Amino acid sequence: MTEIASPDTGSRSQAPREIIYRHRVVTRLTHWVNALCFTLLLMSGLQILNAHPALYWGQFGADDDHAFIEFFAARPDGRDGKLAGFTRIGPLTIETTGLFGVSNDSDGDVRVIAMPGWATIPANRDLATGRRWHFFFAWLFVINGLVYVAGSLINGHLRRDLLPERRELSPRHILHDIWNHVRLKLPKGDEAKRYNVLQKGAYLGVGVLLILMVMTGLTMSPGMNASAPWMLDLFGGRQSARTIHFLAASATVAFIVVHLAMVLLAGPINEIRSMITGRFVVPPEDKS
Amino acid sequence: MTRKLLTRRSLLNLGATAAIAGVGYAGFRAMSAPGFLGVLESAEYATLNAQRALLSNQPLAREFSPSDMSPVFKANGTTMPGGVAYQEFLANNFSSWRLRIDGLVANPMSLSMADLKRQPQRTQITRHDCVEGWSAIGKWTGVPLGHILEQAQLAPNARYVVFHCLDDVYEDSGRYYESVDLFDAFHPQTILAHSMNDQALPVAHGAPLRLRVERQLGYKHAKYVTRIEVVDNYANVGQGRGGFWEDRGYEWYAGI
Repeated sequence: MTEIASPDTGSRSQAPREIIYRHRVVTRLTHWVNALCFTLLLMSGLQILNAHPALYWGQFGADDDHAFIEFFAARPDGRDGKLAGFTRIGPLTIETTGLFGVSNDSDGDVRVIAMPGWATIPANRDLATGRRWHFFFAWLFVINGLVYVAGSLINGHLRRDLLPERRELSPRHILHDIWNHVRLKLPKGDEAKRYNVLQKGAYLGVGVLLILMVMTGLTMSPGMNASAPWMLDLFGGRQSARTIHFLAASATVAFIVVHLAMVLLAGPINEIRSMITGRFVVPPEDKS
Repeated sequence: MTRKLLTRRSLLNLGATAAIAGVGYAGFRAMSAPGFLGVLESAEYATLNAQRALLSNQPLAREFSPSDMSPVFKANGTTMPGGVAYQEFLANNFSSWRLRIDGLVANPMSLSMADLKRQPQRTQITRHDCVEGWSAIGKWTGVPLGHILEQAQLAPNARYVVFHCLDDVYEDSGRYYESVDLFDAFHPQTILAHSMNDQALPVAHGAPLRLRVERQLGYKHAKYVTRIEVVDNYANVGQGRGGFWEDRGYEWYAGI
């Protein structure tokens, strides 16, 4: 993160605005391609899930086998035979009518489907087209990811910005950082010029999730299984890989929710601009 | 006190943001257009070429032990073919059934089930993966397809092997069919299976004969096979995309 001169001082009554060059072009470009790919992969992935909305553990799994997670519809007693949607995770079943299991389509008609139409590509039930979207953007996602990793190794982004320093890994430092986040006290001044340790952990963690999704995705391919059977052993079978694929995607959605919330809290215009043009206005230190 | 709200830089930033939003919106509209499906379909060739490179030494699909087998092997698609012809085969226990091998071959053949069982046999416990996402492990016994094709003597321009089936998936849908290329046709685990889990192949799983092409998804594993046609291309078969589900938008290469 190179500092650049800041002649733009705004009005005389304000302190000079400090602007740094926060994100290099490789980071910015791959960030947006990644955001596009992940969105389309998620939505087409939910379309694929709709074809068999049950997740198993092990080498095999189908209708007669025990599902670890499932989305289904039923007609509970005492509701005039009306359909309701349910989500079961292990022994826990919760009603999710309107979202999972049973939802309304764009015409308002009730339909029995695991994932609602607004969350899938295409919106109607269409496994064949969903797969076309999924695999096209999977290729783009992998190529983009390789560009990001290679670029970040060459330009030092990984070493300089993402890997935590030894002092940052002390429990005291991490607890302090968690406390700052809990109080929504965001870094200012020099502290805002670099990622804090929770941020580093989150970005490295989501990187691991994305790699995990590519690997579990490949483990679902019978062609890849013949070529690289060790991947089946690594994940404990094709159906385990499918379940991990789903859980990693869910965890990534959770990351994105927090990520977007942090962007909003930290100042959305400044943050989004820094990811488009690279330029970031450093929030001034509190005068107290 | 003067305060410039619109500096040249902020105008440039505004312009750039508007341009990105515009390109993004135009891109989204373009992606929703039917023509974009053709662009998406190009990924199939990337996958086919990548996997063929990785599989060039023809590794086997994983074979499992009897203890790994699914307690219940799900039957999917057609589970009882309609029509009088199939009912007659069932009534005479497939004694009048024949497998025809024709097309671009020097030696067309017509084989009974007894003829098939006299050929070399292969037994394999493999995992069946449906395009819908589920998997089941079962035991299959049959004749390696490559062995049959060698006897039929392929013409030099032979490129694909088409499997014609006895079932209609939907009313008026036309008969089920599938195709593989010679790379998969001659793979040692590609067999014409007449037995499943040590029993005669059940009707729900494609009696009397189904294809096993272990490194691809379930819809490639044609059930109720009655004729094997060797062709140089599959454009003139069915609706021209190489299979029943391929004609309905699914990939011809189902290795993923």
